Order: sequence, then structure tokens, then C-alpha cells
Amino acid sequence: MLLNQFLLLAAVLFSVGVYGVIVRKNGVLVLMSVELILNAVNINLIAFSTYWGLGGQVFALFVIAVAAAEVGVGLAIVLLIYRNRRSVDIDQLDELRG
Amino acid sequence: MTGLLAAAETTFDVPGNVAFAVLAVLMVVAAIRVVTTRNIVHAALWLVVVLGGNAVVYLILQAEFLALTQLLVYIGAIIVLFLFGIMLTRAPLGKSGDLDNNQRWIGAAVGVLLLLVIGYAVTRTWGSDRLDFAAYDLPQVSDVAGSTVEIGGSGNGRTQALANEIFGSYLIPFEVVSVLLTGALIGAIVLARRD
Repeated sequence: MLLNQFLLLAAVLFSVGVYGVIVRKNGVLVLMSVELILNAVNINLIAFSTYWGLGGQVFALFVIAVAAAEVGVGLAIVLLIYRNRRSVDIDQLDELRG
Repeated sequence: MTGLLAAAETTFDVPGNVAFAVLAVLMVVAAIRVVTTRNIVHAALWLVVVLGGNAVVYLILQAEFLALTQLLVYIGAIIVLFLFGIMLTRAPLGKSGDLDNNQRWIGAAVGVLLLLVIGYAVTRTWGSDRLDFAAYDLPQVSDVAGSTVEIGGSGNGRTQALANEIFGSYLIPFEVVSVLLTGALIGAIVLARRD
């Protein structure tokens, strides 16, 4: 197997995730797209760890832990937005627009 | 030339490549469904397919511990969190036309551009490198309490080597991750509780 096929799969998943972050306006769906991006990065880390030792796998574990923390806090924020505004439409949150 | 062909023949791995091709198509289709489906619960279920496919990719890359962690953490915990988030924000459970904004073409352009740039860069740099798992086969020597032990003779040597790496060279980042998780836990409780 080539290394490149894993890297290209990760690139496709990453791009699809970026598309989702840009296009989706429901807060939960944006968080799901972020998960796609983080998983794509994990594929890269593990594919490269077959070359340069297990450090890549350790960092993939760290990415999984950080993703879990991010989803916890992110969903709490989405719940709070819902509680205050009765909607999770991210495009309506433009108070900080200059 | 013949030597090159012979080398290519011995390392060409048909079952692995077929498994990878099927898996890659499935994962890409599922990922596209996650970002395009009009039903928010279906998006979460397609995400399960992508995350499970990720675990199988880790298995193909011979990272068994990571594959099991992926299944436990993502499919066991994060998907459940997402489904709770969908339930608690009273998202529309059926089809809904109100999940995307009107930047669809800009998003598609950015995605395709990003894919072209990353694809060109990785193909140019890593285009012909074969996976030989050489780094996994290095003898892993652990220096516990002054006595040197060689790991890797038994079947689960790679997981032992990974543990050795985490609790050896990466001990301080590992502890920092624990602090991060505690902070995220407290933050989530503070944000989500009603006063």
C-alpha cells in the first residue's frame, strides 16, 4: 500500500469537513463537521507514524481526547445558545459584527 | 528495472488495497452525506459510518489500540452526546430545508480548492512512498527502574510500546491532557447548568 492513498483520503475528508463548517448553520451540525476534520488529521498522524515511530499514535490519542473535550464544551455552548434564543442558528449570532 | 518490478510485486498488497478502496469510497460518501443531508439525525448516523471507517483505517495501518479507542470514545460517547444535543435543542427530526445557509457555492469552491492544494502537495512529496511499517518493527527497549527490558516479543508488543511511549517521552503532555479534560468537564457543567 502507498502512503499517499491514506493522505489523499484524509485530504478528501478534511475538505468535506471544511465545506460543512462553512455551509451548515445548525450548531450541532457544525460540531459534527469539526469532528470530520479532526478525524482526517488522525488518519494522517497514524499513517506517518508507520514511518517515524509511535509518536504519531500518541498524538492521535491526544487529538481524540481534545476532540472529546471540544464536543463537551461545544455542545454545552450550543445548549446555552438554544436556551437564550430558542434557536441554534449560528448565522443569527452576529452581535460581534463591526 | 527488473529489480524495481520485483520489489513492486512483493510489496503490492491486493487484499489490503481492495479493503482500502471499498472503505475509502464508503467513508467519502458517508462524509458527504453528513454535510449535505437534510435530516439532522441522519447526519449523526452517517457520522457513525465515517468514524467506524476511521477505526478500520487505523486497523489497516496496524494501530489496534487507536482503533479500539476510536470505537469507544467516538461511537460510544461522542455520537451519544451529539444525539443528546439534537434532542435537547429540539432540532427538527424530519426533513428540514433550513440546515444550510446560502453560501453553498462558496463552501464548495473552498472545499475543492483546499482538496486540490493538499492533494497536489502530498502527491508531490509522498507520491511513491510505500507503507512498510518499518518504524513499528524497530526493537522497542524500555528502561524501567534501571533494568532494560526488550518489548515486542509477545503478540501485543505494539500496544506495550505505545504505552511505553505515552508514559515515557510524552508523560508531561499526557498529564496536561488530563488537566484539559478536567477543565472541559468543569466548563461544560458551569455552562450547561441552570441557575
